[in-house]
Amino acid sequence: MADDAYKPRASRDDAAEARYDRRAFVVMMALFLVAPAFVYPVFVMKALCFALFACAFNLLLGFGGLLSFGHAMFLGMAGYVCAHAAKVWGLPPEFAILTGAAAATALGFLAGLLAIRRQGIYFAMITLALAQMVFFFSVQAPFTHGEDGIQAVPRGMFLGFLDLKNQLVMYYVVLAIFTAGFLLVYRIVHSPFGQVLKAIRENEPRAISLGYRTEQYKLAAFVLSAGLAGLAGATKAIVFQLASLTDVHWSMSGEVVLMTLLGGMGTIFGPVVGAFAIITMENYLAELGSWFTITQGAIFVVCVLAFRRGLIGELEAWLRRRRGT
Amino acid sequence: MTFKRKLLSAAAMLALSAGAAHAQISGNVVKIGVMNDQSGTYADLAGPGSTLAARMAVEDFGAKAKGLTVEVVSADHQNKPDVGSQIVRKWYDSEGVDVVVDVPTSSVALAVNQITKDKGKAFLVSGAATADLTGKACSPNTIHWTYDTWMLANGTGNAIVKTGGDSWFFLTADYAFGHALERDTEAVVVKTGGKVLGKVRHPFPSSDFSSFLLQAQASKAKIIGLANAGADTTNAIKQAAEFGIVKGGQNLAGLLVFLTDVHALGLDKAQGLIFTEAWYWDLNDSSRAWAKRFAAANGGKYPSMVQAGVYSAVTHYLKAVSALKSDDGTKVIAQMKKMPTDDPLFGKGSVRADGRKIHPAYLVEVKKPSESKGPYDYYKVRATIPADQAFRPMAEGNCPLVAGK
Repeated sequence: MADDAYKPRASRDDAAEARYDRRAFVVMMALFLVAPAFVYPVFVMKALCFALFACAFNLLLGFGGLLSFGHAMFLGMAGYVCAHAAKVWGLPPEFAILTGAAAATALGFLAGLLAIRRQGIYFAMITLALAQMVFFFSVQAPFTHGEDGIQAVPRGMFLGFLDLKNQLVMYYVVLAIFTAGFLLVYRIVHSPFGQVLKAIRENEPRAISLGYRTEQYKLAAFVLSAGLAGLAGATKAIVFQLASLTDVHWSMSGEVVLMTLLGGMGTIFGPVVGAFAIITMENYLAELGSWFTITQGAIFVVCVLAFRRGLIGELEAWLRRRRGT
Repeated sequence: MTFKRKLLSAAAMLALSAGAAHAQISGNVVKIGVMNDQSGTYADLAGPGSTLAARMAVEDFGAKAKGLTVEVVSADHQNKPDVGSQIVRKWYDSEGVDVVVDVPTSSVALAVNQITKDKGKAFLVSGAATADLTGKACSPNTIHWTYDTWMLANGTGNAIVKTGGDSWFFLTADYAFGHALERDTEAVVVKTGGKVLGKVRHPFPSSDFSSFLLQAQASKAKIIGLANAGADTTNAIKQAAEFGIVKGGQNLAGLLVFLTDVHALGLDKAQGLIFTEAWYWDLNDSSRAWAKRFAAANGGKYPSMVQAGVYSAVTHYLKAVSALKSDDGTKVIAQMKKMPTDDPLFGKGSVRADGRKIHPAYLVEVKKPSESKGPYDYYKVRATIPADQAFRPMAEGNCPLVAGK
């Protein structure tokens, strides 16, 4: 993993970096704001939910160096809790979403306590095992309705005055949630906390020798990532008005790894681009039938072989080379 | 020039308004969306074959001659409710689809059921099993056409006990769907005078059934009921064949088995398996003739009951549209409930107020390899369950649509 993308940057570059980030952010927001005029809004909403999910995952993998193979449990469980809260408890959507995200955060805390005690492949296996347990729970628990999932979740009125039954209102609410989540990730990454996280990623023993309690940092990153993944899952439940086993299935955990790697692990915009690329493929290559998974696999192989930093990672490296640093 | 243009536009307006007054067909096209699993587990029993069945129905109906333009589109929901829900929303919102057909996988079907109700379109279910579609989730915009879990459990439980299989052992997938199948079937078995000697729950999904099958074998029950679905069922059947359970005199009863499963298993493994089907291609002359046509266009693969159901449902839908001269979802479904159904596959039947299509069901037993005379000659029909007994009585479904609620 010791790639030159991870080399420490000189501080004079940081200003340029931040400028690039700001510009890219403005372009991205402009695109999202006008998107519903050109693309079917539900499709963009789905992609936004997955983009937030991938950003949350990237916070852990790209900046914390922790490869979780069980992130679907946070996405899926938050979806179930949110759907249950909105449908059975009758909570308004904003509280239902928060309840879902809170549930994922709590689950993240418990899973994190166990998982961060090990590193590398063992960490991945523990998270996978926990996610399988959550899947099993979702199949069994009466409130998830097993195979059928929770259906006909009401969208309701957001904050009491925004009618989410209107497709466009729903879209901009999702966009707002995504933007908040995205900016939070950005803020975390560029905070002193994020710096320590990156230090732990690069060399954990050295971070320990500098006096950092790395376990606590890793746990905090895990919980934050889980909570944001939960936010994405809960929002998705309101958008689609359902919560189902698809979102807790292990293949969803794999999909988010793919999204993050394709877009560019450890970059701010990478996961967003990766999520849109994968969801677009899923949407428009669906006609290929079983060839779809093969295509997806081939793209993954090409990505790993030819541009290991991912789409955005390669772009950033190219920009940096052009600046002559 | 300008005058000519004005005249033209006026003529066009006139034509349009006249068209609108006569036939209220949205976009002047009746657009049928066949959505199912085109590549995964259910691709054989529904999949592209269902799309073909819908096209054949449109062709046989002679839509053109009756002045209807009908278009069939298809999509793959990958068995994911969010993918399915997105496709259907897009179909309804921006692609002018009037009716969605098929949709196996209960979770996807329930999602489409809700969207269809919200948008006032029409939904004809052939592939999905859940009896909730005409129960607590029933909708004025949905008709559940081919089969459901209640019919399978009831048909299999009832008819097997009546034909001598009076002691049962259940092998149940340990989740809500398996429990429901087991509960419904057990109730029928006990009511008809049979006994349940025992049951065992297996994890879902499972690939090793040996210990469960040995328990079933030791129970000496005449019938081993498989309250599971898909790969679990086929794995259990394969392993039961290895243990020689059927050869030892016990019979397996599948609660969710399709012609395509039997085809995949082969007669050697599947022989003696008993289950319920809503339709079998070798029932009568007209079903045989249709199946041959279908197989010729489908690479030799014979139609499953789901595909036959799609044909039958689309036929009835087009009749209702042409009678109403409208493709408004709610109105067409109401009209479909009013008109008796009649088609070459399911014969005469009707659609109940709760959206349940009523027709007979068949208890079939898989033939021994020596008894099979040709391709897809797989079943012996052991009993016919009359239409009025095949499906759950309306009063027991708790459908909010039906009067009194």
